[in-house]
Amino acid sequence: MLKLYAELIRIRFLTMLAYRVNYYSGIIIYAINIGAYYFLWGSIYADNTTLAGMTLTQMTSYVAIAWMSRAFYFNNIDNEIGMEVREGKVAVEMLRPYNYLSVKAAQALGEGIFRFAFFAIPGLILIRLFIDFPFPSTFSAWGLYLISLLCGFVINTQINLLTGVLTFFFMRNEGLIFAKRMIVDLLAGVIVPISFFPGWAQSVLGYLPFQAINYYPSMIFAGVIQADKALQVILIQLVWIVVLFLPITWLWRKARHNLVVQGG
Amino acid sequence: MMIQVQDLQKVFQIHQARSGLSGAFRDLFNRNYKTVKAVDGLTFSVEEGEMFALIGENGAGKSTTIKMLTGILNPTAGEIRINGLVPYKEREKYVNSIGVVFGQRSQLWWDLSPMESFRLLRRVYQVDETEGVKWLDRLIEELDMQSFLNQPVRKLSLGQRMRCEIAASLIHKPKLLFLDEPTVGLDVLVKQKIREFLRNLNETEHTTVLLTTHDVSDIEALCKRVIVMDKGQLIFDGLLAELKERWGSDTEVTFHLKKRTTTDDVRQVLGDLPCEITQDNEITVKLKFKHEMLPYVLSTIMSAFEVSDVKVQETSTEEIVRNIYSTPSEVVSHA
Repeated sequence: MLKLYAELIRIRFLTMLAYRVNYYSGIIIYAINIGAYYFLWGSIYADNTTLAGMTLTQMTSYVAIAWMSRAFYFNNIDNEIGMEVREGKVAVEMLRPYNYLSVKAAQALGEGIFRFAFFAIPGLILIRLFIDFPFPSTFSAWGLYLISLLCGFVINTQINLLTGVLTFFFMRNEGLIFAKRMIVDLLAGVIVPISFFPGWAQSVLGYLPFQAINYYPSMIFAGVIQADKALQVILIQLVWIVVLFLPITWLWRKARHNLVVQGG
Repeated sequence: MMIQVQDLQKVFQIHQARSGLSGAFRDLFNRNYKTVKAVDGLTFSVEEGEMFALIGENGAGKSTTIKMLTGILNPTAGEIRINGLVPYKEREKYVNSIGVVFGQRSQLWWDLSPMESFRLLRRVYQVDETEGVKWLDRLIEELDMQSFLNQPVRKLSLGQRMRCEIAASLIHKPKLLFLDEPTVGLDVLVKQKIREFLRNLNETEHTTVLLTTHDVSDIEALCKRVIVMDKGQLIFDGLLAELKERWGSDTEVTFHLKKRTTTDDVRQVLGDLPCEITQDNEITVKLKFKHEMLPYVLSTIMSAFEVSDVKVQETSTEEIVRNIYSTPSEVVSHA
């Protein structure tokens, strides 16, 4: 079984390579975003040394790393599931001796590895040439960031699986998928760090899984969350991973039962 | 017994859209559903090593039946037992023992070459490496696929792709093969190649083959047994020969004779054999009678008259299928 997943990851890697134009245009879009936020935050800070407990330096490194983390964890498997359900391709998937959702997750990981190696890391180095921000100084800080980032990836993938599986019930849910993407970007702290949200919103977000996707790892990278606090944050992420398994399993079982194959 | 199906039923709830803008608005809050019985009380069984066809018009419930048999859809009621397994309950285990080809739907990866797809499928089904390669080599040879194995699937012609689809469905040497309209849109040569391959597969590996098709020549070339469905129900289950006899029109034979002959002359020779005799012109006589009388009629006419030419016209299965559809659906199932 492990061989199969290794093969799926490899194949996804190859298909990503086949669509190089997508990849190049992605780099440009990320560069524009990071550049825009860099100047925006620069003017917001103006003469202030700290805002919401973050210095401008911390903020710039937060923005850069938040977008680069997104480059890794972002994937389109919810859309893919949606398309396969709408076009009836899911029938073919049901003929194979594997769990459909695990396969989708493996493909997401294949895409993630590709994005990490060819997108996030070179992007980070490239941005560092133009914008000066500090990298974590110790190996343990790097390690904590990477572990936390991986957890964020898993949680994001789980949320994508959930939205994807909803297609089995609604048949068309491009709108929902699009809204989800916006909500995740906003509430995960890609656009604004969570500490800038009003107090009540912060306490509500504390009960939602979104900030575990990006805010936590990026804060670890920026040095705002320090070592022992970081372990605590990673523990919260692990709890979310476990909790999110429940609705996925439940919905998937219902979806299998309700399956209607479109066309033919 | 390979396949056992008992009182199989599938009911769909289909959303009925109301017309107009106000209708669309009402649909937002309260939807109308219509209940459709796609498959209604289907019972049949299949022995190991059989090749049989499931035929019926569009919407007769063939595809739904296949989807239930392959474990994709859950039946609303009834039982299916294949290879000793219940498809929709033990799906992951069950699909290891079957191969499926949907003519309208690809199971290959669009951007990969067939060879890469086969490799991935070998991993999917956890096929033993050396044996899998040997088996694949045989499939490649018999389906004549060497020349396009390394092109991306999206660049293959339909005929090439369909051969790859069949190879892909057999990668794990399944005991049971489902083919849902495998020859739609293919040219005669490719059709022949595929039929030949399937016959050979059935002979050497005893693979059970279940075929749905609109192409009657597929059935004639491959299957002895035929199941006919209409409106979700089984209307015939038996041998192709029986089907022909029941719904087939009579055999028609045209004799060109050397001398002038009337229908009365012919009638005299044949006695009271039930047959319809018509005359095209002075020397041409047409006879219509039950197929099994053919040898008797031929030898009698040949010995009584001087014959210059004979044409025998048998009813095609196409005609039979048309005949079935035009008669009101009555259940005439018998195993």
